[in-house]
Amino acid sequence: MSFLYTDRIRKEFGGVIAVADVDFSVEKGIICGLIGPNGAGKTTLFNLITGLEVADEGFVFFKGEDITNLPPYKITRTGIARTFQNIRLFKEMTVMENIMIGRHFRSSCNFFPQNRLLNSILCFFNIKKEERDIYEGANKWLSFFELEKYKNELAKNLPYGKQKILEIARSMATEPEILFLDEPAAGMNPAEKAELANVIKKLNEFGVTIVVIEHDMKFVMGLCEKITVLNYGRKIAEGTPKEIQNNPVVIEAYLGKEDERSLTKN
Amino acid sequence: MTNFLLLLIIYIGIYSILSLSQNLITGFTGLLSICHAAFFAIGAYTTAIYLVHTNGSFWIALLLSALISTLSGFLIGLPSLRLRGDYLAIATLGFGEIVKNLIINLDSITRGPMGINNIPSPKIFGFVFNPAVKLNYVVFVWIFVFITFFTLKRIVHSRFGRALEAIREDEIAASTMGINIVLYKVVSFTVGAFFAGIAGSLWAVYNQSVAPQTFDFILSVMVLCMVVLGGMGNNLGSIIGAAIIVTTSELPRLLGFSNIFPPQINQMVFGLLLVLVMIYRPQGILTRKRVDFEKLLSKKIKMEGKS
Amino acid sequence: MLFILNQLVVLTKIVELIKILYNLNKEDAMQLFNLPLNEVIQHIINGITVGAIYSLIALGYTMVYGILKMINFAHGEFLMMGTYVSLLIWDSLRKGGNNPFFYILAVICGMIFSAILGVTVEKVAYRPLRKSLRLAPLLSAIGVSIILSNLAALIFGTKSKKFEYPFSNSPVVIGMVSITPHQILVIAASLFLMFFLTLFINKTRWGKAMRAASEDIDTASLMGINVDGIISLTFAIGAALAAIAGVFMGMEYKVYPTMGTMAGLKAFIAAVFGGIGNIVGAMVGGIIIGLLETFGVVIFGIPQGLKDTISFLVLILILIVKPTGLLGKKLKEKV
Repeated sequence: MSFLYTDRIRKEFGGVIAVADVDFSVEKGIICGLIGPNGAGKTTLFNLITGLEVADEGFVFFKGEDITNLPPYKITRTGIARTFQNIRLFKEMTVMENIMIGRHFRSSCNFFPQNRLLNSILCFFNIKKEERDIYEGANKWLSFFELEKYKNELAKNLPYGKQKILEIARSMATEPEILFLDEPAAGMNPAEKAELANVIKKLNEFGVTIVVIEHDMKFVMGLCEKITVLNYGRKIAEGTPKEIQNNPVVIEAYLGKEDERSLTKN
Repeated sequence: MTNFLLLLIIYIGIYSILSLSQNLITGFTGLLSICHAAFFAIGAYTTAIYLVHTNGSFWIALLLSALISTLSGFLIGLPSLRLRGDYLAIATLGFGEIVKNLIINLDSITRGPMGINNIPSPKIFGFVFNPAVKLNYVVFVWIFVFITFFTLKRIVHSRFGRALEAIREDEIAASTMGINIVLYKVVSFTVGAFFAGIAGSLWAVYNQSVAPQTFDFILSVMVLCMVVLGGMGNNLGSIIGAAIIVTTSELPRLLGFSNIFPPQINQMVFGLLLVLVMIYRPQGILTRKRVDFEKLLSKKIKMEGKS
Repeated sequence: MLFILNQLVVLTKIVELIKILYNLNKEDAMQLFNLPLNEVIQHIINGITVGAIYSLIALGYTMVYGILKMINFAHGEFLMMGTYVSLLIWDSLRKGGNNPFFYILAVICGMIFSAILGVTVEKVAYRPLRKSLRLAPLLSAIGVSIILSNLAALIFGTKSKKFEYPFSNSPVVIGMVSITPHQILVIAASLFLMFFLTLFINKTRWGKAMRAASEDIDTASLMGINVDGIISLTFAIGAALAAIAGVFMGMEYKVYPTMGTMAGLKAFIAAVFGGIGNIVGAMVGGIIIGLLETFGVVIFGIPQGLKDTISFLVLILILIVKPTGLLGKKLKEKV
């Protein structure tokens, strides 16, 4: 059984079928790409997996458990994290605070786990330890992503590229086993993209499974071991980068029948 | 004159408790709740009814007020907080009107529009707090203000408080951080109601009477103004906001102008204040307080943290 | 064409209903809710009258929310101001005689004033805040609401005034049911206005632009639609409809500076009930709330003082059961 997989998952908006009976699977430890023309349903699929959309039909399984339609906070707690296409940082909070929020459920104080209410009251009187744990946990990721110099800067004041990195840092602070990145390279210049690719590889080496939605083909092909292609809500192809590049159905989906060259170029 | 100043300080104290609790709900969690007057009323009437009918201990009255107010907060929060912010505003507005309506109509319990009078003064450790001796009340009320302030400070400068702010900034992103949005909103709302109930109890014993006209929509707006003016997300700001607004509110009385300015002018000033502050300085007087973690935590962190 | 056909069908249904009413007599008196049928119908008429007024007000809320995704807390005050202006003009014109033409003129003036007020408020107090914090336009609207209601109290006094009928309001009896000319006016005028609004929204260029803007405001502006102008138009129409509703309210009850508050609240509940952002929803919601209020008092014996509580209970209920309202679609934030 795959690490994470969807089973005939389906989502409709009004009359439009955004995701149609998709069987999407991710093996543990790989870097996997999800591509497709605009409107293919990639982000919707992410949303269905991470609980931000409710599936009309079908299932999502993670580590053998059914996580279909769980509320987002529960899904995150099972070890799934994600970033957003349009960056959703906590703008009026500092970089450090943003990452610290990622530590929220990982560092809960547990004087008395048997009773949540009693626990909260006891913890109320000893916040320092909890805050220290959170701070140190967040600091680790702050350093990993080399954001130290922005530590006390408000998130909204960061340069765009750093904001994208911050979002990833924040997600990693939740210590996920699988990370979904929605167009992490969008708006970055080639140098930043190369850096991002390295960061993703490093994370993968630490054992994080990664799923990336991207439009930059060079980026995706260079990074991912497996690529799934969606079009009009359906899975039209799946395989290694080489296979996908040469798949006529994929080429047609992107470009129409005439021009076959572009998929292999950037 | 001194007497009036002391009165002012007492009012500022009680309203500070209201604005601090509203700040938790609106300033930190970003929930537009405009029914604080209702929780205030519930607290006040609970104390009034209890003391008048049983002549019992003030502490029991206070406890009851806080409890019933908290319960109301929970009951109204649970259904309303699952929805988008705008709906909450209307739901709370409606709740405020319902409470006022109930107070006026359930006159067998609340004596309707006439209100409850002759509320006995609290006897604490044998000492009677007579409202005529204002200085006692100043101390009494402000002890509660400090308790409220420091409790809320502890709540806010913690993992829980950060989560509330995350919810305010971006609910969807916060949910993907493993934060149970509905739970935190309800807790925030309920805790806010708790302190408003306490403020109500204090009001009832100081004023020695309660009447439904006091607890109208305008009062909720006034408290909201205090939070907005003082700076959303800044507790000290809420106290400052309360001070400014109570003073301007009572200024006509202080200066002897109360016959010249009709009450409408007062209210118009609030309205204008809201609009102008929103347009020109929505963050208010004091902005969000940034916690200096290095200072807060031990020296060890300080040495490691500075790169 | 289909649209006109639909409206004709509705009209024929109404004619049939009137025929039935006329032919009702004592033998047909059935027991419905422990009440004789004619009383039930009487209450239905009363409920629809009240409901029609709520619908007119609700339309303003729902249209503004549809495009700007904000609740215009000051909508009730647009109603109130328009009504006062109509009242002033009507009272002064009335001296020359109880002419229905003067009445119509007064009402139209009130509508125009209200429309201008709405457009101005939007420009001054809401537009600067469109890109600001989420709470900013709401707080500003609350501020505007307070300013306007107190301004009215200062200018017009706090004592309530009566909006005199331009006709004699003695009830007309149709079979076992009596209906006043006021009720006929309200129902007829509301139907008329709602018909034309629906026509406007569905058939004209501006209506289309309004619908586009409420779907996706950014895309609409990219398509070349003058979004600011459309928003002003929306406010104008909503405020004008509210003004007429206020005049009807003034005729049946009275005119006073805070008349917009409670009615506005209930109309907003109606809009939410029917599905906020949905125009038909606002119309349907208003009628239903009106009926619920009337029947609530009659069947459950809820005292007049607590009548308003009915609407709020409906609100809480709908928020729990189906927050998007009867006809609403899920307004989800795009992630």
